[in-house]
Amino acid sequence: MSRNINFKHRVAVVGAGMTLFRRRLLETPQELAWLAAKQALEEAGLALKDIDCVVIGSAPDAFDGVHMKGEYLADGAGGWHKPVVRVYVGGATGVFTPIAGWWHVASGLCRKALVVAEEKMSHAAKPHPQYVFRYIWDPIVEKPLNPNLIWIFAMEMHRYMYKCGVKKEDIALVSVKNKRNACGHPSAQLCDPNITVDDVLKSEVLVWPVQRLDVSPVSDGAAALVLADEAEARRITDTPVWIKGIGFTLDTTHWTNRDLAYPEYVRRAAEMAYRMAGIDNPRKQIDVAEPYDPFDYKELHHMEGLGLAKKCEAPILTREGVTQRDGDLPINPSGGLLGVGNPIAAAGLMKVAEIFWQLRGEAGARQVKKPVYTGLAQAWGDLMQAGTVIVLGI
Amino acid sequence: MTKPVNPRGTPIKEAEAVGIEFPVVGKARYNYTTGEALGVFLAGLKQGRILGTVCKRCGRVFVPPRMYCSYCFRPVDGWVEARDEGVVVTAVASYIEATRARAEKARVVGVIKLEVPGYKFDDHFFPGIMHYICVDDEAVKSMGIFGMRVRARWRPVEQRVGSITDIECFEPAGP
Ligand SMILES: [Zn+2]
Repeated sequence: MSRNINFKHRVAVVGAGMTLFRRRLLETPQELAWLAAKQALEEAGLALKDIDCVVIGSAPDAFDGVHMKGEYLADGAGGWHKPVVRVYVGGATGVFTPIAGWWHVASGLCRKALVVAEEKMSHAAKPHPQYVFRYIWDPIVEKPLNPNLIWIFAMEMHRYMYKCGVKKEDIALVSVKNKRNACGHPSAQLCDPNITVDDVLKSEVLVWPVQRLDVSPVSDGAAALVLADEAEARRITDTPVWIKGIGFTLDTTHWTNRDLAYPEYVRRAAEMAYRMAGIDNPRKQIDVAEPYDPFDYKELHHMEGLGLAKKCEAPILTREGVTQRDGDLPINPSGGLLGVGNPIAAAGLMKVAEIFWQLRGEAGARQVKKPVYTGLAQAWGDLMQAGTVIVLGI
Repeated sequence: MTKPVNPRGTPIKEAEAVGIEFPVVGKARYNYTTGEALGVFLAGLKQGRILGTVCKRCGRVFVPPRMYCSYCFRPVDGWVEARDEGVVVTAVASYIEATRARAEKARVVGVIKLEVPGYKFDDHFFPGIMHYICVDDEAVKSMGIFGMRVRARWRPVEQRVGSITDIECFEPAGP
């Protein structure tokens, strides 16, 4: 039973939409936002006039190369002359956007909210979108060392491997699973039905232990959801998917002072969401999950933070096939960021859309084998800092 | 039917793109202030010392230093000097530059957990900094680098400017 019922309204997801995810799309950020928002509205059978407020999510302005990105996107996201807000917690933004949409509706402030996330990384063309990330490092003690963003992931991955005794072969299985899963996704950028562990282990070494196929790609894309309160949701659809719990926390930027082997920031966010959703045994009560996988080890790391596996157990579950689409606990059936692509905020929201479609039985080629009633999406961001978790159920 | 149905978007190749190129900020440069705590830290580096702050309420030692304890949310109680020696808690070998270009040679970088005389630290919270480690990338690949004792290799006094790069790297300190 849910213990936290002091909210004015239950909130449901009633529609979802998204664009293709690709290395470079012709459309402007506003046009991408519009394509995704329009599809979500159509799926819900609504028009923009039916929407009371708009929540926009997008990661660093520096990617699209437009400051005030929220204000810029508001037009394509349907936010003009409406209450509109843009939220941002780095990579965790995509799941934070529907969380912010949830409180708009749960509070009674709005009855129907449009939630739109967009990223256009290809704009940050030269020398490479990765270069934009240098502005997240501490300017005094870190930036003078000329870091590449992948350093911090490689350090976390290696620490996790060391502490848990995990081999790169086991981690590569995640990349293989997700890039194969992506072949069922109409938006996917990196479907590869024949990829093997060997391909991952032979790909270009970027920052050991991270190789190119351990990492999600650079992408353009957008995704959107329509949220509604209970009365509206029941008018709109016979199959609303309820937001049962939300959680979000932030750790400090002082990442060199803590153990990177376990994502405390995810655990705390998950506990908040589970308390609200009345979940006390996530391994048994969550039927399908989309943990954040910008890197393959991150899926394992986050499963452990979410309590879907015990500490150091996620690689074992993966090896045993438990996390496959036909397994007992399907993980990233969409194909995740590794397969569908990683337009940062849009990729996080794509995960929430995936859980929505899975719970409605609309994932088609990607539909997991077991019946699913409760699902979870999670994202992570910043200097090993931000955790955002949403639990959906029917 | 598989959702999403007919997701839209027009993939293009880099070469076909009719784009507008624009420099990020031209010749503009940021000029960051050091702040109180890191200002003292940088001055310490110039003298060959690694300084931290301590909160006596919770016993935490902060390296790099903070002027407040984020846990107790009160001012720190003063300064301590860390040894320029510690153990490697994680390390990686980078084959790319910040720009994503291939590097000419591998660069090993990691987090060093520093020692502070009179204090003991567990794995959950410790004085630690990111820095280069002057070892071969094989030490990273074999994982032999984990737990390795390392010591700062300082630049000559006359070359120090009050920067984290006043330490060239950390190098094996021997047993
Ligand atoms: Zn304290």
